[in-house]
Amino acid sequence: MTDWAFLLLPWETQWWLIALFALTAWCYGRGLVRRRRWRDVPAALAFGIGLSSMYVVMQTGVDYYAQYMFFIHRIQHLILHHLGPFLIALSMPSAILAAGAPGWLRRLGALIVESPPIRLLYRILQQPFIAGFLFVGLIFYWLTPSIHFDAMLSARLYWLMNLSMAVDGLLFWWFMLDPRPPGATPVTRGIGLRVLVLWAVMVPQIALGAWIYLNPNVVFDVYAVCGRAWPVSPLLDQQLGGLVTWIPAAMMSVISTLILIRFIFNHERRPTVSDAAPQSATS
Amino acid sequence: MPCRYLIALSLGASLLAACSSGEPEWNGHDIAGIMPDLTYELTNESGETVTEAARAGYPRLMFFGYTYCPDICPITLARIQAALKQLPEAQREAMRVLFVSVDPERDDPARLREYTSGFGDQVIGLTGSQKQLKALHKRFRVTYGYGEPDDDGFYLVSHSSAVFAFDRQGQARLLFNQDVTADQMAADLSRMLASAP
Repeated sequence: MTDWAFLLLPWETQWWLIALFALTAWCYGRGLVRRRRWRDVPAALAFGIGLSSMYVVMQTGVDYYAQYMFFIHRIQHLILHHLGPFLIALSMPSAILAAGAPGWLRRLGALIVESPPIRLLYRILQQPFIAGFLFVGLIFYWLTPSIHFDAMLSARLYWLMNLSMAVDGLLFWWFMLDPRPPGATPVTRGIGLRVLVLWAVMVPQIALGAWIYLNPNVVFDVYAVCGRAWPVSPLLDQQLGGLVTWIPAAMMSVISTLILIRFIFNHERRPTVSDAAPQSATS
Repeated sequence: MPCRYLIALSLGASLLAACSSGEPEWNGHDIAGIMPDLTYELTNESGETVTEAARAGYPRLMFFGYTYCPDICPITLARIQAALKQLPEAQREAMRVLFVSVDPERDDPARLREYTSGFGDQVIGLTGSQKQLKALHKRFRVTYGYGEPDDDGFYLVSHSSAVFAFDRQGQARLLFNQDVTADQMAADLSRMLASAP
């Protein structure tokens, strides 16, 4: 009985994070009800799974296991940085969220999104090279053994690590899975360029995952220092973590490429933006 | 003009680098400011409930383990013993080593007393209820877990392999992992004790 409570309740409660998730879910649910459209259902499924998976790995007992088992930590980051944001971006939730958000929140959101400094920052972060560099750079940064050591020991760094992964994941997949025709907005890039970035981020992830998996020595000794959630060979834990970093992470690039190819067909079926409104076309 | 900025920037960077390299590196891991003060409520070798106040004023080392531990615990306790032997007498006499058993099921106070006496007078055995042990572990962001018992009822316990060092005020200062030798530990402890009165 206590085990259920342990699994369902947060290991380290972050009230503001729970509030943020609750507000997002509430707005989305309200938006769905207000729109009453059957074609929202697949998107709602993707959004629901993405949002709840990100909540589960941060604010339930899963977070405890992620702190004390390397391979579970890697699964946590796979969800925070790849799978959760991928599903959320794929569902294109802006319209439904806006439909469900109360007026003051919608105005506040618009004020933030349209303010010049935020727009500039967003354009910089969504520059293809920078987006790809950040995506891979953060994985490498937090997996640098000495930095990883500190991040697992310090509560503050630990949350900074997880939040930076979640935010960067959302930015990256938002950039990647923008379904509008290239040039629709200044950050809607050509499909070819996006596929290039996807494959460019895949190679270093494979290399890092393989390096962790094949390493004969325990590189991440912080899990021995802090103790593991249950007795397991440190090398086995590390190898499993390496595989998670290697295979599913790289698979995401392949799956996304297929989705992007599908976008090309969609774009070809309707008039491109440059035909309809030549003045807005930039690329 | 951009050239001037570059020069200023590189000057600034080298100044910063010069500042950060002033302090010599510890052999262990500096956890001052990262980890909280020592606070606990546990059971001692006489079966009495004790808190950190019982050893207030002593610099302390803390290590988690269990008496049936086949490898890490005896090796680490022996290494601590070897490190303490290298300290000047006054420093050595002041140190206390807290061995916190995470296996209260098998490690009763009597067994703990017998076990710790094998590693010198300064080693103090402590254990507690699961609630007390979990509170202490969560505070220091460490954990433990039990393996499945074999046919004889023997089971392994996963636990932290770190040795935490606290100064006289009970403030967390250093963390030694398994790579740190007895000589390195002694050097760090001597420096820590010298720097904090």
